[in-house]
Amino acid sequence: MIPSAFEYHRPADVASAVKLLAELGDDARVLAGGHSLIPMMKLRMAELEHLVDLQAVAELKAISVEDGTVSLGAMVTQHDLIDSEELFRAAPILRETALQIADPQVRYMGTIGGNVANGDPGNDMPGLMQCLGATYVLEGPEGRREVAARDFYEAAYMTDRADDEILVQVRFAATTGGYAYEKQKRKIGDYATAAAAVLIEAEGGTVTRASIAMTNVSDTPVWSEAAADALTGTTCDDAALQAAVDAMLADIDPQEDNRGPIEFKRHLAGVILQRAIARAFQRA
Amino acid sequence: MKDFDDREERVGKLKGLGCARKRVEDARFTQGKGNYVDDVKLPGMLFGDFVRSPYAHARIKSIDATAALELPGVIAVLTAEDLKPLNLHWMPTLAGDKQMVLADGKVLFQGQEVAFVVAEDRYIAADAIELVEVDYEDLPVIVDPFEALTTDVVLREDLDTSEPGAHGPRKHHNHIFLWEEGDKTATEQAIESSEVVAEEMVYYHRTHPCPLETCGCVASMDKVNGKLTLWGTFQAPHVVRTVASLLSGIAEHDIRVISPDIGGGFGNKVGVYPGYVCAIVASIVTGKPVKWIEDRMDNLMATAFARDYWMKGRISATKEGKITGLHCHVTADHGAFDACADPTKFPAGFFHICTGSYDIPVAYVGVDGVYTNKAPGGVAYRCSFRVTEAAYFIERMIEVLAIELNMDAAELRRINFIRADQFPYHSALGWEYDSGDYHTAWDKALAAVDYEGLRKEQAERVEAFKRGETRTLLGIGLTHFTEIVGAGPVKNCDILGMGMFDSCEIRIHPTGSATARLGTISQGQGHATTFGQILASEIGISSDNITIEEGDTDTAPYGLGTYGSRSTPVAGAAAAMAGRKIRAKAQMIAAYLLEVHDGDLEWDIDRFVVKGAPDRFKTMTEIAYAAYNQAIPGLEPGLEAVSYYDPPNMTYPFGAYICVMEIDVDTGEHKIRQFYALDDCGTRINPMVIEGQVHGGLTEALAIAMGQEIAYDDLGNCKTGTLMDFFLPTAVETPHYTTDHTETPSPHHPIGAKGVGESPNVGGVPAFSNAVHDAFRAFGLRQSHMPHDHWRVWKIAHDLGLHG
Repeated sequence: MIPSAFEYHRPADVASAVKLLAELGDDARVLAGGHSLIPMMKLRMAELEHLVDLQAVAELKAISVEDGTVSLGAMVTQHDLIDSEELFRAAPILRETALQIADPQVRYMGTIGGNVANGDPGNDMPGLMQCLGATYVLEGPEGRREVAARDFYEAAYMTDRADDEILVQVRFAATTGGYAYEKQKRKIGDYATAAAAVLIEAEGGTVTRASIAMTNVSDTPVWSEAAADALTGTTCDDAALQAAVDAMLADIDPQEDNRGPIEFKRHLAGVILQRAIARAFQRA
Repeated sequence: MKDFDDREERVGKLKGLGCARKRVEDARFTQGKGNYVDDVKLPGMLFGDFVRSPYAHARIKSIDATAALELPGVIAVLTAEDLKPLNLHWMPTLAGDKQMVLADGKVLFQGQEVAFVVAEDRYIAADAIELVEVDYEDLPVIVDPFEALTTDVVLREDLDTSEPGAHGPRKHHNHIFLWEEGDKTATEQAIESSEVVAEEMVYYHRTHPCPLETCGCVASMDKVNGKLTLWGTFQAPHVVRTVASLLSGIAEHDIRVISPDIGGGFGNKVGVYPGYVCAIVASIVTGKPVKWIEDRMDNLMATAFARDYWMKGRISATKEGKITGLHCHVTADHGAFDACADPTKFPAGFFHICTGSYDIPVAYVGVDGVYTNKAPGGVAYRCSFRVTEAAYFIERMIEVLAIELNMDAAELRRINFIRADQFPYHSALGWEYDSGDYHTAWDKALAAVDYEGLRKEQAERVEAFKRGETRTLLGIGLTHFTEIVGAGPVKNCDILGMGMFDSCEIRIHPTGSATARLGTISQGQGHATTFGQILASEIGISSDNITIEEGDTDTAPYGLGTYGSRSTPVAGAAAAMAGRKIRAKAQMIAAYLLEVHDGDLEWDIDRFVVKGAPDRFKTMTEIAYAAYNQAIPGLEPGLEAVSYYDPPNMTYPFGAYICVMEIDVDTGEHKIRQFYALDDCGTRINPMVIEGQVHGGLTEALAIAMGQEIAYDDLGNCKTGTLMDFFLPTAVETPHYTTDHTETPSPHHPIGAKGVGESPNVGGVPAFSNAVHDAFRAFGLRQSHMPHDHWRVWKIAHDLGLHG
């Protein structure tokens, strides 16, 4: 449980960090909260020559809500997400999700940027960001570019981010209507066996808009447009719920692991989604 | 009234038996000031780490340590070839088998120790183990114990099947022993002629004690004076000293073994591991102290597991529910080596306590031990030797029989309990239960939870479920367990030939305080607190003025250590007996001081008083001073005593546990609504420590029943090698427990105490498991194997057609 030796870098701003990454090449990785990368290094599943720690980059810790747009610096911690009343008013599903990640000690360290950039299908924030329709801002030697969260994930630990880029900001529109993040896990500290993020807007008891994303039931987060479509225009009756679940099930591809066989995970994904929809609709 | 007040006050000051005294150990633990093995730092100390096998079964074609040895700071790389000249490449196990210290030609389980790298620090060692190149040729892997007994694949090529093993003939090359107890023919006849028979396979899965502190040691060979000092996480330091002497050839008086503070043991730290041997050899070779500390994965994958018993049971009864016979055959998966920690004559431990709390006229047990490509071990994980397996087996069989009889499981237990007037009770499998009053405990427990009300609520819930009004079922998990602890009488219990007595030595100091040393070693049980209380009540000195020391073989008297809830039954008894020797001499001193005959004195809390003259007395403080400051005719100076206690029998704590559980049929999640635990551990020394022990043991039981396991895939890869997958409950998963007690003293123990540390694990596992089973009883469930994690509970519901 001891990582191999590495050089530690602590740049003070994004530009320096990007420059370091360009200089150091493939042997360098950015360190955010460290709660995914450090264990992998201790297990020697990741062996890196250089760690570029972003802790000292103050500009990455900003939270802002302006004109209905929420902007989160990559180094905003899960604890910050829970703690901010401003964020709770703008997008209460953030707090609900963050509270279901690991435990307080991890949440003081773990960051939104690390969570979404790592590409671990077990992480909760990527699914939530797809549900929110978030945009990721990446900065590299060529400058900044933006990628939709829904286009970012390619496979487990494989994303659209280039090795010399840093994910610096997450941005999305403030939400209105009902929301729910429903997650089943074996114990505190575990990844989801299955989790669902649901946003619902309704008028007069009828769904006008919905967004649905699932966590840890494929090798990437799954934004299920078809599941959301199945709800739109309905009163979230049993038939609509079933149609949404069926649509979602067509989009996921869970694998067997210690959390259970595929048959269980598919069934559970359906149950979790139904519960999330019911709760979100009730709040809409 | 004044006398009464005075007596009350004096009893209070003693902080003796029955006092909820705060744990004296906690002052240092809660401040982070404990002193654990990894806190031992010696000048020039080196660090050792293992190259471990990634394969479960493979031949080793070559080991190349060249690159590792070239790394600056690497001192040595030991392999089996290096240990061979010392005859230390294999070592004897506690179970009469032998095991490889370092892989000798092949590996037999994933995580097995292949080479030992010694470096200047642990960081260099961690880098160096990556550089040792081992060329493996993989062999067929056997992880299923039933397959092991039929396959042509030979796991232990070092053994000759035609030769008997340590426990008799071996019937197959992967077979270790068949151990039998009871009357097989009579049992089979009784079952065949019975009106009702229930049959079931009950599996108690492989798990692991997983103490917070992993195993480790520091070996320091002083080449000048020829003495070896060994600090380690040892539950039995004296036995380790004896084994180290026998293995190394170093005279026993030249070896000092020290168990410092230990961060939990639960059986995991009873055995002798390759790390200890390699650290000693490395220290002898280098002349420097060598430390070896496991990481969490090493601990979970390679040190001793617990359980892994496939228990095939048949139980018979009359139509009215009176049990007529019990038959059990166990297929016991011991892994690659038989490194089970049991008394020598009991290769299946005390599994034959499996008739439990019931008066069963005839019974038979047969246990087949089997080799597989899994880690060796088979320790008692917070239970006396294999008692938790036995308790789980009988408490499941009772439930299955209740289903067969269509009878309430609480009533079935009541009909079959051994009655209070039957003690001492001789069980069909050869034990003599010392004392008990099961009916009283049972009725108290059922009343405390309003059992009838719960059953009514459960029936209503089932109806509501059938009407589609709820998706949550209610389970009522019952258990009445009988423990067997306090090993044990030297006439039939030994570890490597050492009789399982224990010891206490007391020195009373001139100013009336005392130091007592015992052969046991606390790993969190609170011995420094509770042994002081036993002594306080015996010798009339406040427990605050008694220091308890354990764990240093240079100072403590020889003892067999702490496991199997044996400390209070055996060492606690030794403490009481040594205290009585002190008191006997104190009485003579008091008689001299008061100028009366010994017989004219009586003991009164903290003093000897002249009978009929309450104003004439000598306190223990006065007596202690006199023992050192004046010549007393006919008496040696000083006030010291030693007692080596060989218990006449085991003790038999018991308890009634009831778990009320809500189960979500759709997700497999559970919620424990209520857990009631009544323990009868005989005389209660410290109610607060007992409660703490019960809480801890129940939480381990919760873990085991509801998720904790050591699981392997078909290739023998351990799938649960980290705490991500190995379930260790936190405060979030832990429910509230309600504790209660009855008090039935042991008639043969000096103070009537029976031991309690392991009861909650023994009784807790069946209580949680029975609750899961009970929730689905109305829908036809008979048996489903633990652990009852989400997907397995979901699978029960799914297979019963509850998902529509």
